[in-house]
Amino acid sequence: MSAKNTHYCDVLVIGAGLAANRSAIEAAQAGLSVIILSLVPPRRSHSTAAQGGMQASLGNVAMGKGDNPQIHFEDTVKGSDWGCDQEVAKMFCETVPSMIRQLDSWGVPWNRVTAGKKKYASGIETEDTKEKEGLITARDFGGTAKWRCCYTSDGTGHTVVFVVDTVVCKLNIPVHDRVEAISLIHDGVTCYGCVARDLRNGELNVYLAKSTIIGTGGAGRIYAASTNAVICEGTGGAIALKTGLVPLGNMEAIQFHPTGMPPVYILMTEGARGDGGYLLDKNMHRFMPDYEPKKKELASRDVVSRRMVQHIRAGFGVDSKYSTQQHLWLDIRHLGQKWVWTNLREIANIAMNFNGVDPAKELVPVIPTQHYTMGGVRTNKDGAAYGLKGLFAMGEAACWDLHGFNRLGGNSLAETVTAGYICGKQVAKYTLGATQDFNMKVVEDAVKFEEENINNLISGKNGKENVYDIRTAMGTTMMEHVHIFRTGKALEQGVAKLQELYKRSLKIGLRSSGQGANPELALAIKMPGQVRTALCVAYGALMRTESRGSHFREDFPKRDDANWLKRTLAYWKEGADLPTLDYEPVATPLLPPGDRGYGEASAGPVKK
Amino acid sequence: MGRQITISCFRFNPNIPGDKPRMQDYKLEEYEGMTLFIALNDIREKLDPTLVFDFVCRAAICGSCAMLINGRPRLACKTMTRNLPSHFTVMPLPVFKLIGDLSVDTGKWFRDLQMRTEAWIHTTKKFDFNALEVRMDNKIAEEIYEPERCVECGCCVACCITANIRDDFMGATGINRVCRFIIDPRDERADAEYFEVVGDEGGTFGCVGLMACDDMCPMELPLQENLAFVRRKMAGAGLKLTFPGIKL
Repeated sequence: MSAKNTHYCDVLVIGAGLAANRSAIEAAQAGLSVIILSLVPPRRSHSTAAQGGMQASLGNVAMGKGDNPQIHFEDTVKGSDWGCDQEVAKMFCETVPSMIRQLDSWGVPWNRVTAGKKKYASGIETEDTKEKEGLITARDFGGTAKWRCCYTSDGTGHTVVFVVDTVVCKLNIPVHDRVEAISLIHDGVTCYGCVARDLRNGELNVYLAKSTIIGTGGAGRIYAASTNAVICEGTGGAIALKTGLVPLGNMEAIQFHPTGMPPVYILMTEGARGDGGYLLDKNMHRFMPDYEPKKKELASRDVVSRRMVQHIRAGFGVDSKYSTQQHLWLDIRHLGQKWVWTNLREIANIAMNFNGVDPAKELVPVIPTQHYTMGGVRTNKDGAAYGLKGLFAMGEAACWDLHGFNRLGGNSLAETVTAGYICGKQVAKYTLGATQDFNMKVVEDAVKFEEENINNLISGKNGKENVYDIRTAMGTTMMEHVHIFRTGKALEQGVAKLQELYKRSLKIGLRSSGQGANPELALAIKMPGQVRTALCVAYGALMRTESRGSHFREDFPKRDDANWLKRTLAYWKEGADLPTLDYEPVATPLLPPGDRGYGEASAGPVKK
Repeated sequence: MGRQITISCFRFNPNIPGDKPRMQDYKLEEYEGMTLFIALNDIREKLDPTLVFDFVCRAAICGSCAMLINGRPRLACKTMTRNLPSHFTVMPLPVFKLIGDLSVDTGKWFRDLQMRTEAWIHTTKKFDFNALEVRMDNKIAEEIYEPERCVECGCCVACCITANIRDDFMGATGINRVCRFIIDPRDERADAEYFEVVGDEGGTFGCVGLMACDDMCPMELPLQENLAFVRRKMAGAGLKLTFPGIKL
């Protein structure tokens, strides 16, 4: 076996979700030749699963009156627990309103303001005026001062993915779907592109480009239970990490969404609480106001998730047929049949399909579940990765650092298109000015390395470890040791377990022949990279001896700005079994660290 | 102990020399809440690592996992095994090119459909970064969202008699896609222009009216209504093209 085909282009985009596709559009519109690689047809990307909406301070809806990018910025920084890059956040908040409007011009059927008096389930009464009628409306989401989450029913991700893909089609950008990038090709200074495996037939191909964009989404599947699609394995970050030159930033910052639905852990959108839904305990008591009197169910996700686990630990969890672990209830019955089956229809369908529950009439079981990777390939504000020229990253795969240690609901979908636009422009600018010599020996060596690895996996030369056993053990370890509440001792044990698993992952041998589009081989190729990614999360969490946003250390429960106002950079040196951690300062030029207005530090003692 | 179930799976990997199409039985113990997503992954992890199938979201929103389950096209991820007999079959969708076992190439088929119907907003307006959005009635936004909900799973194509005998038939999903743009005021195409892409036997006039699509759509889209709407529009456009000046 050798590389079957070699493709050349100006810009290679790995991934076809929203960040990837949006950046591809920017590059193509600059007149560059672009190839998009995707595991799946673009419209099946995980971006499509985003339900709730996109944060943008349009200020059209009555409850969003007076909103502006500055308020959005402050919410985002507080949400991040001062961990984000404030320059990036500012640029993002200022750009996102025009992104929403551009998506509108491309065809997204955003819900609109209707004039008249409204009474919401939460008790809020407002009046939308004729003057704003027909403009894009917004709903309430967690951790925000204004209603600014623009939406299309609860299928926002779906409609935006479809519409952005129509533009990809219109520009006739080639998409090579069912292709998996398995390693980056580089000469130690510049990224050349990647070696990719064709998942239709198992062949290896080479893609060479002046610029390579990683837009492969998050790494949720390193956890046994995640709301993420099964393709969210952090592959883009893993192949960048493997270069030894490109760091992953803040991998310990993992978001747990308050309302994953057991036993399948599919997401129940935050829109359910934004629209007035409650969380109830085993006594049917609405407990969030006890912990968070101001924001109640709509504190930031990290806070709500912790409060839920805290409440379960205090003995108020529900035992039911839906889950082997205790859970809580999401109650949206009071929103009424019409509201639930119109504005929250996707989750109503999910509850119906998987648990036989009609949320307009019954309670939905929920439990905080891994949801989002704030960290990723560390980039500068142009989206350029640290460590290699010509390599870029965007969206959930990147640590552009819009989200710091906790992302606000509705800011990720908004980030995808905004980063795709802002960084896509920078990619185009870089690429138009770049020339590239490809040292073919480097390319051939990269292919040879992958071929040899595949041959060894098939022959069992390095061992006969079962890839599925390793994946299961990794997922369980992350659940048991690196979850919402973390302690030094548990993290140490977790790291040790993962190191052991890492050694085993280097000794995988297939049970099947590995021929053709073999799924066992596909997983075996990326398994060591997944364990490396998991180790970056676990080890980063162990070393960060403070609590910030979603990273909560029971043994260090306070945020420590004196020592930890910094970003973790995890590198993987060749032959190592642990990442090497470095740190860079997080600047706070626009909004100095302060009180979030919700969460443990703000709320004071719990009212009994 | 849960129920013992037997899943008869279609097996054929065209990339493996000498491989032949066949059915293969797998026996599993069923447990509470088992979906075909869980069952097929169990088979791959514990019984047969070569089995090829597609799942992405496993939440019935991405459309990846459509297959014939006991002969009917469905999304495997939301199919509960307890609603099936203890012995059932799973086969790949017809019409689409087989990749291997239960996996078919819907990606290429649907991309071809987008290109053929030019399924994007056609407008002469240039986007102005500094302007407010064009106003739209919320009702129209909701009307556009209905056909836009299609997840392009291919169930309606697989069960369509016309699609099974005509390579060029765009299926209910294609007609639904065109419907979405016709009702969108932002798309400036005239009926006559839509007629070009959908007004023939490969489009709205190829349907023979059996309407299995409407029964099988996992998103429960009103495919029959959308077909009738597009057909009415196109019949009008066709008449106008044939008899210029005709009053309808």
